Amino acid sequence: MDNIKAKYLKLSGLEPLVVTPESNFINVGERTNVAGSRKFLRLIKEEKFDEALAIARHQVEGGAQIIDINMDDGLIDGKEAMVKFLNLIVSEPDISRVPIMIDSSKWEIIEAGLQVVQGKCVVNSISLKEGEEEFIHHAKLIKRYGAAVIVMAFDEVGQADNYERRIEIAKRSYDILVNQVNFAPEDIIFDLNIFPVATGMDEHKLNAIDFIKATKWVRENLPYCSVSGGVSNVSFSFRGNNPVREAMHSAFLYHAIKAGMNMGIVNPTMLEVYDDIPKDLLEHVEDVILNRRDDATERLLEFAETVVGTTKESKVDMSWRQEPLQNRITRALVKGIDEFIVEDVEEARTSVDQPIEVIEGHLMTGMNVVGDLFGSGKMFLPQVVKSARVMKKAVAYLLPFIEASKQGKSEAAGKILMATVKGDVHDIGKNIVGVVLACNNYEIVDMGVMVPPEKIIAKAREERVDIIGLSGLITPSLDEMVFLAKEMERQKFRVPLLIGGATTSKAHTAVKIDPQYQHAVVHVNDASRAVTVVGDLLQKETSESYKTSVKADYNDFRTKFLNRGKQKEYLTLNQARANKLKLDWKVAEIIKPNQLGIQVIEDFDLKKLVDFIDWTPFFRSWELHGKYPAILTDEVVGEQATELFADAQAMLKNIIEKKQLKAKAVFGLFEANTINDDDIEVLSKESKKSLIFRTLRQQLKKREGVPNIALSDFIAPKESGIQDYMGVFCVSTGFGIAELAAAYEKDMDDYNSIMIKALADRLAEAFAEYLHKEVRTKHWGYAANEGLSNEDLIRESYKGIRPAPGYPACPDHLEKLTIWELLDVKGKIGVELTDSMAMWPAASVSGYYFGNPESKYFGLGKIAQDQVEDFTTRKGISLEMATKWLAPNIAES
Amino acid sequence: MSKIREELNRRILVLDGAMGTMLQRYKFNEEDFRGERFKDWEHPLQGNNDLLSLTQPEAIADVHRAYLDVGADIIETNTFSGTTIAMADYHMEDLVYELNYESARIAKKVADEYTAKNPNKPRFVAGSIGPTNKTASMSPDVNDPGYRAVSFEELRVAYKQQVEALLDGGADILLVETIFDTLNAKAALFAIDEVREERNIDVPIMVSGTITDASGRTLSGQTAEAFLISVSHIPILSVGFNCALGASQLVPHLEVLASKTDNAVSAHPNAGLPNAFGEYDETPEQMAAQIKEYAEKGLVNIVGGCCGTTPEHIKAIVDVVAKYEPRKIVVPA
Repeated sequence: MDNIKAKYLKLSGLEPLVVTPESNFINVGERTNVAGSRKFLRLIKEEKFDEALAIARHQVEGGAQIIDINMDDGLIDGKEAMVKFLNLIVSEPDISRVPIMIDSSKWEIIEAGLQVVQGKCVVNSISLKEGEEEFIHHAKLIKRYGAAVIVMAFDEVGQADNYERRIEIAKRSYDILVNQVNFAPEDIIFDLNIFPVATGMDEHKLNAIDFIKATKWVRENLPYCSVSGGVSNVSFSFRGNNPVREAMHSAFLYHAIKAGMNMGIVNPTMLEVYDDIPKDLLEHVEDVILNRRDDATERLLEFAETVVGTTKESKVDMSWRQEPLQNRITRALVKGIDEFIVEDVEEARTSVDQPIEVIEGHLMTGMNVVGDLFGSGKMFLPQVVKSARVMKKAVAYLLPFIEASKQGKSEAAGKILMATVKGDVHDIGKNIVGVVLACNNYEIVDMGVMVPPEKIIAKAREERVDIIGLSGLITPSLDEMVFLAKEMERQKFRVPLLIGGATTSKAHTAVKIDPQYQHAVVHVNDASRAVTVVGDLLQKETSESYKTSVKADYNDFRTKFLNRGKQKEYLTLNQARANKLKLDWKVAEIIKPNQLGIQVIEDFDLKKLVDFIDWTPFFRSWELHGKYPAILTDEVVGEQATELFADAQAMLKNIIEKKQLKAKAVFGLFEANTINDDDIEVLSKESKKSLIFRTLRQQLKKREGVPNIALSDFIAPKESGIQDYMGVFCVSTGFGIAELAAAYEKDMDDYNSIMIKALADRLAEAFAEYLHKEVRTKHWGYAANEGLSNEDLIRESYKGIRPAPGYPACPDHLEKLTIWELLDVKGKIGVELTDSMAMWPAASVSGYYFGNPESKYFGLGKIAQDQVEDFTTRKGISLEMATKWLAPNIAES
Repeated sequence: MSKIREELNRRILVLDGAMGTMLQRYKFNEEDFRGERFKDWEHPLQGNNDLLSLTQPEAIADVHRAYLDVGADIIETNTFSGTTIAMADYHMEDLVYELNYESARIAKKVADEYTAKNPNKPRFVAGSIGPTNKTASMSPDVNDPGYRAVSFEELRVAYKQQVEALLDGGADILLVETIFDTLNAKAALFAIDEVREERNIDVPIMVSGTITDASGRTLSGQTAEAFLISVSHIPILSVGFNCALGASQLVPHLEVLASKTDNAVSAHPNAGLPNAFGEYDETPEQMAAQIKEYAEKGLVNIVGGCCGTTPEHIKAIVDVVAKYEPRKIVVPA
């Protein structure tokens, strides 16, 4: 048996790569990854494959022994891009000599990649995340295609983040692969998850050492396999401080390689030679990596400051101030630095004949750079808004000079009217789009919030605008938009109509708005797309064809959408009621609230709300997508998210310390019973009044055994003879916001004006969450013993619900009127309702409390005409009014 | 353990020589190729050697007999171009199953006759699976390097059909040969693995690549070792090289395989390099002398001939290798 070959990981491109115990660490090149390299992403998006190939070649020439290729991006067809790029790589012998790592989270992309490469690849990656069946299925195919595989330490429960979970998942994955799939053990590579250390959070202290320990265990206990990982993750907390990062990478690798890590993704330029790391730095770094002392993080942070000071990349690097004027202006715009802009603009002004030339020349040159960077994904929204702040300051400084020289205004690329429609008060999204368009040299006529249609029409005529953009967040705003489209048609407008805002959708735009107006109607829900859409609409060369194609697209979409809708089957209201959720009231545990009646909270301490803030939606409002806190270390947007978060924290601190916003709440707990199936009768002892909430019932035909729910099902019916209860509330953190925002706007500071509104919205939600908890544990007291963490709250893992009118369980906004009457919301805390039932100030939340443990959030879905008519009778309103308010939920008959 | 694996442990097995070279001796014309059955076929058929299994089955059987007579252990079916992809040239895609089935049946019948005559020397039929005339990892258009004339999926489907017909017709072994693009071979192996699983059978597979020239690489650019690694993911009986080069030019590449694989190693080189007229003129003695080097160095377990080789060449090889022990291989548990 002297001929037996040891089991080594063997890969191939045009040439072999055999990984033996004597091999040095295998370095995987990762610049050909759209998720990791913005440049590569841009080249692929723009189909500049030649330049993209150059990146791959550069990697191989730079010593990469495998190249990782990833095309996972929402804006590109990943499968097509993967196949095309691999086909091109295969034609380049100087690149395809190394093995390829096909990297995707989508199986279809992986499989398409495997079908075009002759060598033995590595698949990156599979895991038990979706269960054993899929894992085995994919592993079998990978084996049949002849590739090695990276297995992520991830299972049905989640990603392994400690030592035990890492080895548990690795062992389980290995056993399945080797014993059930017959996968060659030497073809298995584990990615044991490298996470950041020194984040300041205690639970991250063991991130590096657990990885190293798990690596050692895997290499000792799972024969022949390899261990890999992305090394730069470990030092994420020190972004901007390369000397510390480089030392961290080297120290981490030194220990991880000793433990058995034999391949990984490392940027070779971000690596210090282990022996060359200064002794004191190394000690601090290893304290953190190996978690050798409790205060390791603090000590390294402190030490890191001194390291920054000694390097070229000083944080207060002012050398750019020595550069030529245009460079300085461009840099100020790109970096959002307003400190010197007036000084620089003045210098520019004295260098030209007419002050207008500074705007058209210097400033536009800089803003074009901003536009390009944003367009190619190298800048993010918060940065662009900061750029706009600098631009506005510069223009404001120049205006008096321009007027003095009696020149006309600068020639804008187009004039765009923007308004939040009548009855709606939400303007964060609208303002962001406005700022971004302004950055791209469009003149914005911003009419603000709650703008009646006749005013929009008049203003559009007066200003001769090129485009009208409408925004809205609450559902009644959709009708306002439809109405405006009709008016534009009637008054023979021709300009394109843009639709945006949280409740708007392509479906609603295509089905309801587009048919009303024979000219272009486009649904645009994010700022970056707004720029391209407006460009396409206004550029002479593209305008007509774009309008035609949009019209055709919406027509097509509409047809498909309507066809799809027709297949749904609805019950009659009586059938739906017969299939209601039937709780057993005899055994139901109904707890009488400790304090019945209405209570008011005046001037609540905002500080108590900080821990209740759900930050994820905050980032979303800035078009940064990802979950908090993971978003802070996200490879693409992490840096921006961290910066934005820091700004938000600073502002939040200021708001709290200076009491800039006032938080108020009113809530009440009442005796309540369901009457006539769908209504809830509420008794207010104080006012001796009984009021009725009308709820709506699901009518879509359900599977056998699944009920058609209405909120009233969660309250005991009167005929049961059991006394039940419910609560009602309204909170607001919006008092003071108008003044603050106005002050920022006056100072040309859109960034902070948007920031304060976004923060106030988060505080209002946090207040609602906080108050709900107080109600559950004290005022009502049915969950006196619950001990939930903030994360549990965000995940809504508590008992009972707090649905809000206008949201999926009760989309009817009219019930807010009943809440206002019951609690005297306006009189008690001053929150008002607009014609469209939006709350003013905007940073407010109102809704119901249901305490029954069986109560849950649900979506009403579409209802049929019989329920609309029934609702009309119950509520004593006209059919026309009912139809108007329920419109978004009425099924097409 | 299958019969062939037993035999491999005992001695160096000999594969047959060229089918095409032998058929040339018959000087078949267009009419002979067509036979009665295809006399009205709309497209020219001369040169479609695979078709002769249907129109001149006796000639095919006779070639097989000629090789078995001189001592070949394994004969190859007359199916080098038996895929829908390669048969498209003759518009005979619909005949692919029949061509493979009949070719395998003819070979198996003849082989069984010889085994019956001498049960101590069992003869085997290897279903020949050629590379097709299209490549999955190279573009035929120099101006469009990203273009591909055939996809993995098209190849997989075509190979699967060929494999099923060869097995139905009685092939004992599947021989994926003359691999100039490893991706084509991987599609064939993928198809074979599917059939193996679906039929729950353990059919031995021989894999044989082609080193095209002195660069020492396949046409698709892989070195011998990279090729070996790329085809080692499913259990195979042997890996080797054939065609393009003569026996002596193959030595360094066979040395790579022999030192790096646990499987058997095969070689069926051409009768030297073609001369100025495209003819192979290495004599049986010259070729056998080079094969002797393979045997002395312990490089091979299976050896035979490709283009230009005849029963005389094979006889000379049989005589040489009989004196040598086979290369030691590790038999899979």
